[in-house]
Amino acid sequence: MTARIFAYVVHKSGVADDSALEMIAAARKIDPAASPTAVVSGWGPEVESVCESLRASYGEVWKIAKEKLAYPNAELVRSALVTVLPQGSIVLLPHNHFGIDLAPGLSIRLNAAFVSDVVGIDGAEGPWLKVVRQEFGGQVSAHVRCDISTGAVISVRPGAFKPGEGAPVAGLVVDRSADVGELSARRRYLETIVPEAGDVDISKEPVLVSIGRGIQEQDNVAIAQELAEAMGAVVSCSRPVVDAKWLPKSRQVGSSGQTVKPKVYLACGISGSFQHLAGLKGSPFIVAINKNPKAPIFQVADVGIVTDMLEFLPELTSRIRAMKQVSV
Amino acid sequence: MEILVCARRVPDSSENEIQLNRAGNDIEREDLVYSINEPDNYAVEEALQIVAKAGGSVTVATVGTDEDEEILRREMAMGANRGVLLSDEAFSESDGRGIATVLKAFAQKNHYDLILTGVQAEDGGAQVGGMLAAMLDYPFASLVNSIEVLEGNKLKIGREIEGGSKELSEIDLPCVLSIQTGINEPRYVGMRGIRQVASLEIPTYGASDLGIDKGSVGAAGAKVKRDDYFIPAAGKGAAMLQGSTEEIAGKLIELMKAKGGLQ
Repeated sequence: MTARIFAYVVHKSGVADDSALEMIAAARKIDPAASPTAVVSGWGPEVESVCESLRASYGEVWKIAKEKLAYPNAELVRSALVTVLPQGSIVLLPHNHFGIDLAPGLSIRLNAAFVSDVVGIDGAEGPWLKVVRQEFGGQVSAHVRCDISTGAVISVRPGAFKPGEGAPVAGLVVDRSADVGELSARRRYLETIVPEAGDVDISKEPVLVSIGRGIQEQDNVAIAQELAEAMGAVVSCSRPVVDAKWLPKSRQVGSSGQTVKPKVYLACGISGSFQHLAGLKGSPFIVAINKNPKAPIFQVADVGIVTDMLEFLPELTSRIRAMKQVSV
Repeated sequence: MEILVCARRVPDSSENEIQLNRAGNDIEREDLVYSINEPDNYAVEEALQIVAKAGGSVTVATVGTDEDEEILRREMAMGANRGVLLSDEAFSESDGRGIATVLKAFAQKNHYDLILTGVQAEDGGAQVGGMLAAMLDYPFASLVNSIEVLEGNKLKIGREIEGGSKELSEIDLPCVLSIQTGINEPRYVGMRGIRQVASLEIPTYGASDLGIDKGSVGAAGAKVKRDDYFIPAAGKGAAMLQGSTEEIAGKLIELMKAKGGLQ
């Protein structure tokens, strides 16, 4: 029997994140008999509706309702969790922008082991929990052991654990708000800036020619633009292209950019990190063009071509142009 | 402002095909191209830009071995005032907490107003910055993509959150920030710059210099251990197109036509 398992549930506009159910699946991989407890912090009707919705899947839901927790500030949430969680707990949370903010410091305060961005769990063996992580941009995976004898904080990759078909439960909501004392933070939330809309809305485009690090220099972006023009498509990109300021943020596909749902997605010189793939929805037909045969993009693509995109794309463009001229 | 940047030397996964070694217990490290972890380089650039406006100095520290000196020199060529190597047999096989323990000991021996790390290492877990902050009891923010120095010993920072949005906050100094790529445009470092710092001394501190209990770091202190690396069972995998460039382009055009990819 392992320690008690908690799942910290993030939510927005009164709706629990998809990770809420994925963490139940992860908890069962740690201990098949586990009945994890959800922990929800927030304020007002939003936190109430999240707790209510989680009763269908969690046997117990701990509610921490505090006005200061209305906006999820990791420093305040950490203080609250450290107060209410029993020693030796296993705490699950999603490896997203909030989990990255909260989890490492939480593990220090709980004196617990920390493993981040876990994609698989092979179960417990004595004091060791055996998990799987990915490294080097997903090119290799690693078996990692984590000593859970003083508890553990484990952040799980969104989408990595498939929610099971658990029978509905009528979970109990336990209000732990009164156990959390006065909260004060040295980091204070001001506002959220939503990105400016770009010249095109890539989220609505049916065909995307998407470029990544393989484009190598700014002048080469034209190669992709010419292909897109010939195809009647639009150019999008992965993070390194935006970091280099070669294309605006509004063209970025991924968890920190846009979510797109094209019919056809040409991934050119894109390795296929999970953050990038998280922005690709609706099961498009994916064509991967990459020099590196080990690039993770080939695992998810329908069609793959191992070649230098800088040589291949112009060839493709001229053939499409020639074909269109014939058909006109 | 006195700024400490914590950096690491890593195999660059964008420049390398990462493969397993023969024993399967590690990646094949022969012939790998190593460089400074990319977000760490952005962190150094950001530190240099802050110091250019607000004054102060930039120290770059790494936990590693003599081989890791090269990234310290590279960052000194960029403009960092000093590089520091934190090195000891006892530090090897540290987990994230062990690395943070070493950095904490070093940070406490000096006074830093601001500590920067990269958001994540190629083989890391986006963890050391947050752990270090908690150990020092400093406030922390991750995924930082803008920094503005305010009056009254605080910063206005932006964090990259979902959908390209930016979360703005105020944070008190001293603090620890993990820096996201794209926050700035790191300056170019030429061979000439590297040569100019080639003979500068890089101080090295070990466990006893830093007053670190050897049982709390390295393999002895690690709560997290990597057993091996493996190549995951492939998913369905892509149908690989073979042949000459012309043949491949021809096949691809047919496939894209069928899928509605040619308008």
